[in-house]
Amino acid sequence: MQPILKVENLTKVFKSSGRPDFTAVDHIGFELMPGECLGLIGESGSGKSTVANLITRLTDMSEGKVILDGQDISRLSGRGLRDAYRKMQMVFQTPTESFDPRRSLGDGIGESLRNLGQSRAEVKARVGSLLTQCGLTPDFAGRYPHQVSGGQCQRAAIARAIAIEPRLLICDEATSALDVTIQKEVVQLLGRLREQLHLSILFICHDIALVQQFCDRVLVMYKGKIVEEGVPDAVIRNPRNEYTKRLIESIL
Amino acid sequence: MAEILRYDRVDIAYNGRRVVTGVSFDLQPGEILGIVGESGSGKSTVIKAAMGLLGPSGQVTRGDIWYKGKDLPDLSPGEMRRLNGPELGMIFQSAGASFCPIRTVGAQLYESMTEHESVTKADFTHRACALLQKIGFEDGMRILNSYPFELSGGMQQRVGIAAAMLLNPSVLFADEPTSALDVSVQKQVVEEMLLVRESFGTSIVIVTHNIGVIGAMADNVLVMKDGQMVEYGKTRQVLDDPREAYTQTLMAAVPRLMR
Repeated sequence: MQPILKVENLTKVFKSSGRPDFTAVDHIGFELMPGECLGLIGESGSGKSTVANLITRLTDMSEGKVILDGQDISRLSGRGLRDAYRKMQMVFQTPTESFDPRRSLGDGIGESLRNLGQSRAEVKARVGSLLTQCGLTPDFAGRYPHQVSGGQCQRAAIARAIAIEPRLLICDEATSALDVTIQKEVVQLLGRLREQLHLSILFICHDIALVQQFCDRVLVMYKGKIVEEGVPDAVIRNPRNEYTKRLIESIL
Repeated sequence: MAEILRYDRVDIAYNGRRVVTGVSFDLQPGEILGIVGESGSGKSTVIKAAMGLLGPSGQVTRGDIWYKGKDLPDLSPGEMRRLNGPELGMIFQSAGASFCPIRTVGAQLYESMTEHESVTKADFTHRACALLQKIGFEDGMRILNSYPFELSGGMQQRVGIAAAMLLNPSVLFADEPTSALDVSVQKQVVEEMLLVRESFGTSIVIVTHNIGVIGAMADNVLVMKDGQMVEYGKTRQVLDDPREAYTQTLMAAVPRLMR
């Protein structure tokens, strides 16, 4: 089976004048198989979010390759990149900020569909069913980001991400800003969608317990490098790397 | 033993709209009380009321907050200012943001201390360094000579604890003191607060949504929802065997690491 996502030698060096170069992501590589949910954990500053931004091409990489469904997308731009986004979508940490404050949620959710040339009526119907699928009601389409709660807004962000039926979902701390009861609901929603839509998920998260519940495999990042990889239960019960050990011992 | 702080059926309103209703609890000397709840449950408001930090639109509309025979909401701003610091200390969620960015940590700690007692610079430096060492900073002088932005988030948070502890308050209020921190630093901060209680007998009221932190340090827990008390009792009982349906839902939602 061909991996849906393959990352090779991925590196990001941030350069700024007057300061030494900072290597945020240091020659990492991994594969994500279709239908798999892969967790990426590590402390703040370890490079987790940079990895997400490099894979989604929101940040330019210094070195390496990102292969999405067999296609090298590392140097794509314009139309090529837009086509790549039909296979790969992202859910961010702060749902309210990920929507345009001056446009309704329905507008944001339907944008990708309109760009594909669907008619207004088609988009409206589809947005309604997407919202329902994500546990909201179709009338949320008319609301603005500031008019809904954080949990509701994250459900809308997930609806936006699955609108064009991507194969890969990249969740960057998608539940970290939510209360635990809401977090549980959103994680359940992601789990359900994963089954229904055969999604592969890269789940970036600093909560190891949540990764243990939700992911098939986990990567541990430390100072830009992947220091450990394995099935969550095995990594947590028997960490081999010094840093992973320390991280797991710190959990209260 | 007589309690040091007592909330007696406290209601709090912002702009006339009631956000906290009928909160009562006692705090014994040396006790750590955890207040948990989701965003908007009123948990931070409860401790802000004791510190007089509700702002111009907030008000305690009913009930009393007793501290050493004084009803805190009835005190004048002047009296409150004398209590805040030497008697009642506070640690905020982002301690780094509560420092002035263009002055060294040492200058700001010295200022807060001279506001409340007459102290020489040498005496201050000695005491501050001793305290910083106690909470895990080997080189206290380096910290005092640093600007806030030169310290990491975890270090800033620990300096925030030091700033509150320098005046040796009887009660320490902590509003989400570990929420912005990585787990490894979070554990450090929890351990330092426990050390503070052990060394100085300080009572602590900690507000957090992190059940792990509560389990690791609180003696008693108060669970809040929509401005009301849902459950109040011993930490182990509330966490492991909650009586109320809401607490059960809350505890079931907490991801637990299976080791």
